[in-house]
Amino acid sequence: MSKAETDGAITTTQPVKFYQVGSFAVGNRLVDPSLRTVQADAARTNAITSGHRACQGCGEALGARYVLDAAMRATGGKLVAVNATGCLEVFTTPYPETSWQLPWLHSLFGNAASVATGVAAALEVQGRNDVRVIAQAGDGGTVDIGFGCLSGMFERNDDVLFVCYDNEAYMNTGVQRSGATPPAARTATTEAVGREPGNPFDQGKNLPRLAMAHGIRYVATATVADLHDLEAKVERAMDFRGARYLHLLVPCPLGWSSAPADTIRIARLAKESGLFPVFEAVDGEVTAASGIRRLVPVEEYLRLQGRFRHLFDSSGAVARTDIVARLQKLADANVERFGLLQPEVT
Amino acid sequence: MLSQLEGSRAVAGAVVCCRPQVVCAYPITPQTHIVEAIGASVKSRQLKHCRFINVESEFAAMSVAIGASATGARAYTATASQGLLFMIEAVYNAAGLGLPVVMTLANRAIGAPINIWNDHSDAMAVRDSGWVMLFAEDNQTATDLHVQAFRLAEELSLPVMVCMDGYVLTHATERVDVPTQEQVDAFLPPYKPRQVLDPADPVSIGAMVGPEAFTEVRYLAHAKQLQALERIGEVAGEFAEGFGRHSGGLVSTYHVEDAEVVIVALGSVLGTIKDATDELRANGARVGVVGITSFRPFPLDALREAIGDARKVVVVERAFSAGFGGVLSTDVGLAISDAKARLSTVVAGLGGRAVTEAGLIGVFEDALGDRLEALRFLDLDKDVVDRELARMAGTRRSGPSAENVLRDLGTVASGAL
Repeated sequence: MSKAETDGAITTTQPVKFYQVGSFAVGNRLVDPSLRTVQADAARTNAITSGHRACQGCGEALGARYVLDAAMRATGGKLVAVNATGCLEVFTTPYPETSWQLPWLHSLFGNAASVATGVAAALEVQGRNDVRVIAQAGDGGTVDIGFGCLSGMFERNDDVLFVCYDNEAYMNTGVQRSGATPPAARTATTEAVGREPGNPFDQGKNLPRLAMAHGIRYVATATVADLHDLEAKVERAMDFRGARYLHLLVPCPLGWSSAPADTIRIARLAKESGLFPVFEAVDGEVTAASGIRRLVPVEEYLRLQGRFRHLFDSSGAVARTDIVARLQKLADANVERFGLLQPEVT
Repeated sequence: MLSQLEGSRAVAGAVVCCRPQVVCAYPITPQTHIVEAIGASVKSRQLKHCRFINVESEFAAMSVAIGASATGARAYTATASQGLLFMIEAVYNAAGLGLPVVMTLANRAIGAPINIWNDHSDAMAVRDSGWVMLFAEDNQTATDLHVQAFRLAEELSLPVMVCMDGYVLTHATERVDVPTQEQVDAFLPPYKPRQVLDPADPVSIGAMVGPEAFTEVRYLAHAKQLQALERIGEVAGEFAEGFGRHSGGLVSTYHVEDAEVVIVALGSVLGTIKDATDELRANGARVGVVGITSFRPFPLDALREAIGDARKVVVVERAFSAGFGGVLSTDVGLAISDAKARLSTVVAGLGGRAVTEAGLIGVFEDALGDRLEALRFLDLDKDVVDRELARMAGTRRSGPSAENVLRDLGTVASGAL
């Protein structure tokens, strides 16, 4: 029995299935190699090799490998990664072991963007412009404690791609609320008690839009559910010079109290419900949004996660229709704002 | 080359000659003139192959320096006071990572109450951070110490902080022999990092270390400081050969040979103490001075030797630990723990209060006459303090003490009358 099941969330046991055809297929030997993902390539870098200590079903571990392998391909292996403190830093080390197959530097929780600025500056003065820099952090290290340094890096247009692996709370310290935690979600500091259980509404930071407001060249959002989309965005980001931002939704089975096997499914539902809009923006303007293929009500997304179980009764029916309606309104607003039901703009 | 110029400009000139590759700047008084001058050198291409980065905070300044240094670039920044406190997490991190960043600390008091003038509270707050901390007595020393700092830092893979008194040195215009590019190039080889971020040879830097090795890793930081204890004197000697003047070393002495009373101090106050010594020596008093240039590593042996057989040691400090007393005094006390000398702490010059020759002569005379207490606050207005203490005892809502004290002193804000 999974943790989610013991906690009362509704999960369905299903056999693991890969998409063999269509745009979600990671790599079909029958299709042209250029259409396959980096992950389908046996010669991929494996920037984070196996043997690390991430939880089963960790969205961040998948996301970081997808991003870095794609970036390694885009840069011919000439890449340096700077990491904020957090799960990703902890589960890929400690000394003397390391999963990192590229030069990697961890300094502090809140300074990854600034450290990356220093790395990029050093490379530039050394005439090594061929070596590119990625900074990476969780949502806490991005939207909260790291935001000052990140905003400075954006504003100066330093040549860094900053990747936020957003699992919507401080998971490494035991699931506390961050500025990226969604309304109504239970965390250890926004317990599911009281009249409005979970995280309050009308709070939080929309980092992709804040990044766009800095006028940086490239901003994109993605989920771990769509590898082709994610890899294309990483590749595109590496085509630009200057500050770039990629915001990647990475479900966390531990913090979201969801079944490890549901990580990809939940990430896909986040997008298909409209709660997590997937788009890209160049020079501060949205240039493309990934349309919703099959619109689902938000409860389909929420129901799989124990952090929202206070919104449902034991049969899985919506108990707090008022709160679910408010969340649906947020999803609808995203659908409207980004035109997610329109034919895809590319 | 001899020039008449501001201390900050002299230091900037020396730093430029050291060919830093990444310089981070965030404004805080009184260090701003240093980075301004370096920025102008970068912009005018006098200093080539250098990125000058205007960052958004001191925390970012040290973080950028960390990234640059870990990528093999020579990195420099400067700060003071609140700025140092704001970057303190990164200050410790640079030392832990063994990155040879060089930073100027233009010593300034820490608030509240906010105060932009000189004391050493900022330096004392990072005493245990793992940085080598060198204190300059005058602007010539401040200038020369920066050249030595890069050499030491890069040899030992340790960050080095050069402390110079805010305003008293940073804003004082005096004669300084600024090193030439040729001299510095002959003295300071290019930076060869011990570890570097390079795709050709990927390493992981800054990973977690658990209880099984943390003590050993921390001890290695101590071992490197002990190596610095050896190298600081040697580097000063090599500097003297190349530049024709002595600067740096662990400690400096003045008339200590037969001294009964020795004052120990850090920084620019040493000049005034030497003047007081001259005055008293002219009247036959056996007094002397020991200046500590290397505060970390702390030169226990050199200090013990310099103090010699003095029967009274007075530590004049521009900082103190509330609820305890002198900070530097604790270290000095350890150095003389086997000697018979008695130790007194004189806290002086806080928040820019002038430390006068007359005041120091009084300290020497009281020490000679065995009238000096274990802890004295020089020129403390006890009446004003007592009045405020009485007010606080009598009224719960007694208001901001700083304002009350100023009212008692009759100080009126400009424009109020």
